[in-house]
Amino acid sequence: MSERAGWPLWEIFVRPKRGLSHVHAGSLHAPDAEMALRNARDLYTRRGEGVSLWVVRAADITASSPQERGAFFDPADDKVYRHPTFYDIPADVEYL
Amino acid sequence: MYGTDFGPDDAAGTGPRPPAPDEPLNAADAGIFDDLLEHDLRIEPRDEMPEAYRSTLVRQIAQHAHSEIIGMQPEGNWITRAPSLRRKAILIAKVQDEAGHGLYLYSAAETLGVDRADLLDRLHRGTQKYSTIFNYPTLTWADVGAIGWLVDGAAIMNQVPLCRCSYGPYARAMIRVCKEESFHQRQGFELLWTMCRGTDAQKAMAQDALDRWWWPALMMFGPPDTGEAATGGHTAQSMAWGIKRFSNDDLRQRFVDMTVPQAEKLGLRMPDPDLAWNAESGHWEHGPIDWGEFRRVLGGDGACNAQRLAHRVRAHEDGAWVREAAVAYAAKHADGRSRRRGSAA
Ligand SMILES: [Fe+2]
Ligand SMILES: [Fe+2]
Repeated sequence: MSERAGWPLWEIFVRPKRGLSHVHAGSLHAPDAEMALRNARDLYTRRGEGVSLWVVRAADITASSPQERGAFFDPADDKVYRHPTFYDIPADVEYL
Repeated sequence: MYGTDFGPDDAAGTGPRPPAPDEPLNAADAGIFDDLLEHDLRIEPRDEMPEAYRSTLVRQIAQHAHSEIIGMQPEGNWITRAPSLRRKAILIAKVQDEAGHGLYLYSAAETLGVDRADLLDRLHRGTQKYSTIFNYPTLTWADVGAIGWLVDGAAIMNQVPLCRCSYGPYARAMIRVCKEESFHQRQGFELLWTMCRGTDAQKAMAQDALDRWWWPALMMFGPPDTGEAATGGHTAQSMAWGIKRFSNDDLRQRFVDMTVPQAEKLGLRMPDPDLAWNAESGHWEHGPIDWGEFRRVLGGDGACNAQRLAHRVRAHEDGAWVREAAVAYAAKHADGRSRRRGSAA
């Protein structure tokens, strides 16, 4: 059986240490979730890079479209008042 | 080779498959690629990109990946004969790292719409290249040191600039690889440093390893690509695309400048009668490289080409039952899970 037919692609997320969120580290092929976890352990945490792993089937991820990047993220562009630097505060007021 | 693009694949018609992006490309967005490059921003997998950029990357990343896994062989030969448990553990860890580097790189290549199984097929059929350096034999234990020191050293020199490569997944793979490579180089130097302080026979063995590996290591940076040679190869285009950041010749020069004092420290003699310090340029100048030898080894006529490929194919075929068993187990398991879910409903 070819790899293409048999081994799905998994995306690997590593929590580097307690208190931090899982971060995408890369991907690998594995026949099932359990093997994906074991392979991810060997591939992405050989030097203590993580304390927790997530493996997610790449096919299960829904991504925003790069082509619609403009229209999709534009709504945030003209809302500068969402940032603290937008506001005019007298220079001598403390703790603001 | 180890991050140097060294020419097209061998057989015509076996080139990369056409792109298989998740979505049709949007012609209205056509300017974005140049725009991103101009601002030194990264290209990501689903971005619109010229086909030539994509196929160049596929070729280079695949060659790089193949080099990593074929590169396990020359050193792997010595695992059972390592002189101490410490050296054996180090060597196993290094060879395992190289397998990991291969996997990072195959993953990076796959983001460009190719399939790892296809790339391996092409390696096995001999239509896609890997670094010529691994077609030289490892005759003595000192060769393990020389490989770490020189071959991994040259690889680092090539790979560090690739951490800023314009293609995001390749650059990210390189960052991971470079972090791991520094131990590879250091353990090699330490090995030779130990031998050079040992018996006369051990020191002679270290010298012999340097004599055999020095010139092939210099060839790892690829043919000359500056001065008169600037127009011949891929360098100019790769640089314009932000894939390559420095010329082969620049990187080679840096490697020579870095390595000559290290050889002095070891008390070893560089096998180059023309090697001379140029006070004006502030660089070590080396003698002529035998590019005829490079082309011969690249073309299949190295000491170990056939052996490396045969070993690789055998390992792949011998492992087929494991891959099949894993798939069968996964399928059986998945059936069980869905049955359990079904009965609970
Ligand atoms: Fe490597
Ligand atoms: Fe290495």
